[in-house]
Amino acid sequence: MSSTPATAVSDRLSRKLSRNVRERAIELVLFLAASVSVLTTLGIIWILLVESYHFFEHVPLWDFLTDTMWTPLFSEPRYGILPLLLGTVTTSLVALAVAVPLGTVIAIFISEFASPRVREVVKPFLELLGGVPTIVYGYFALTVVSPVLQYFFPSLPGFSMLAAGLVMGIAIVPYISSLSEDAMRAVPMSLREGAYAMGSTRFQTAVRVVLPAAISGVLSAYILGISRAVGETMIVAVAAGMQPNFTMNPAEPAQTISAYIVQVAMGDLPHGSIGYQSIFAAGLSLMVLTLFFNVVGHLIRRRYREAY
Amino acid sequence: MAQNEKTPPLKAETRNFNFHYGAFHALKNVNLPVVEKKVTALIGPSGCGKSTLLRSFNRMHDLYPGNRYEGEIVFHPDNTNIVDPKVDPIEVRMRIGMVFQKPNPFPKSIYENVAYGLKVRGEKSASVLDDRVESALRGASLWNEVKDRLDKPATALSGGQQQRLCIARCLATDPELLLFDEPTSALDPIATSNIEELITELRERVTILIVTHNMQQAARVSDYTAYMYIGELVEYGVTDDLFMKPKKQATEDYITGRFG
Repeated sequence: MSSTPATAVSDRLSRKLSRNVRERAIELVLFLAASVSVLTTLGIIWILLVESYHFFEHVPLWDFLTDTMWTPLFSEPRYGILPLLLGTVTTSLVALAVAVPLGTVIAIFISEFASPRVREVVKPFLELLGGVPTIVYGYFALTVVSPVLQYFFPSLPGFSMLAAGLVMGIAIVPYISSLSEDAMRAVPMSLREGAYAMGSTRFQTAVRVVLPAAISGVLSAYILGISRAVGETMIVAVAAGMQPNFTMNPAEPAQTISAYIVQVAMGDLPHGSIGYQSIFAAGLSLMVLTLFFNVVGHLIRRRYREAY
Repeated sequence: MAQNEKTPPLKAETRNFNFHYGAFHALKNVNLPVVEKKVTALIGPSGCGKSTLLRSFNRMHDLYPGNRYEGEIVFHPDNTNIVDPKVDPIEVRMRIGMVFQKPNPFPKSIYENVAYGLKVRGEKSASVLDDRVESALRGASLWNEVKDRLDKPATALSGGQQQRLCIARCLATDPELLLFDEPTSALDPIATSNIEELITELRERVTILIVTHNMQQAARVSDYTAYMYIGELVEYGVTDDLFMKPKKQATEDYITGRFG
């Protein structure tokens, strides 16, 4: 402030100018980075729609949605998505039957019961479980879980939606447990104190107060689990069999939408054929399904959001 | 202590009570009587240990590791030592209710909030629950405001209503002692006067121990007052005496606003 006012002002102006330019440049870089994700999503949707359009020029949409046969490799191919859809739904249901209860119980345990020391041991193991490549899970399902299941149920085939779904459930547990645990740990301590002050046991506090308070987060964890189960590819491709099968019986082999895409992408069908284009229609179906669950998840989260 | 009285019946009393947060000696040799069916107020500057003392009565400190009680908090008429490690804290909390600084209703309906304590205690009969919920809500002067929306979430109530709901939640289980931890510090003046009025009414049926940082509040609602400073009980007496003619200079300095 000792310099003359005139120089001080021009000095500050020029500094302001260079600061503005720098700010703009940083904003631009940030904007471009953010656009990448949006553009990629739009690009994927664009390709799926265009290629599916070509597919639907040859296969009526009605047949696609109602036909119960999916036989693109036959001389008289039929393109009914239902067998693949049932495969996806059945394996996902089996997986969720494992992952939802197990993931929730693990979350309750880590968040409400485990001592800090136990938590420090269990959490890295869960993260490790989440980091195992799904192809490894696939072969685990095929070479370990399937034979074990066959030991108890001799009629079970070597490839089955049951074995694939069970292992897929294990693979999803870390996602559900870690998100649910975050939601439960975010429940304010004052609520737990209130529950304890009423004479609740630890278990009553966890199940009757903390879990309901965290329900929006826990439900979104479930929805994420569903999305992952629906989109999961390698485990079902390896262990559930590659035969489209119009059934919801988990004891049978079947192909899922994602496994079919793998099969075609590995080169079983010539490029540019209708069969090849069918993977885009299948991919579009998968995306619609996942989008549906994301929207449901969003609505549930809004409905159950608790304000503290 | 209160020797000018002809020893009124006590609901509880602390005897040479000490409390440690890890290495920090938070309460030092506190001897506090809690007279039955009366309101006892704990006042003192921030950090004097009044909340720590209050939270010892229902073993709240058990929830956090590294805390240690020493001495006794005797609960009458059965002379149970509340802080004895052999005494189950859940048993203690079944008999002693607590209302917190910030209203903390559970994320359930109004009805379920009030019924919570009874359900935890194993009550299943719907008609018993209905009756007790209604009388608890009436006892907390909340019934007329919520009777038509008992199934609505408790979190939708105003702050003052939530705090009265928390009081109703305690009343439903018929506690012998009710602890209030600065129950109006998060409330507006009207809600505050509602709660104060309620505390005055409740004195008829339950013993009350209240922590407040507001001396006017202590003077308005309490029968006995204890002034605490840095973990020690400086002075205890009938509220009017303590405010009008404190025996200790430190107490006088605090209540006249010269300090604190």
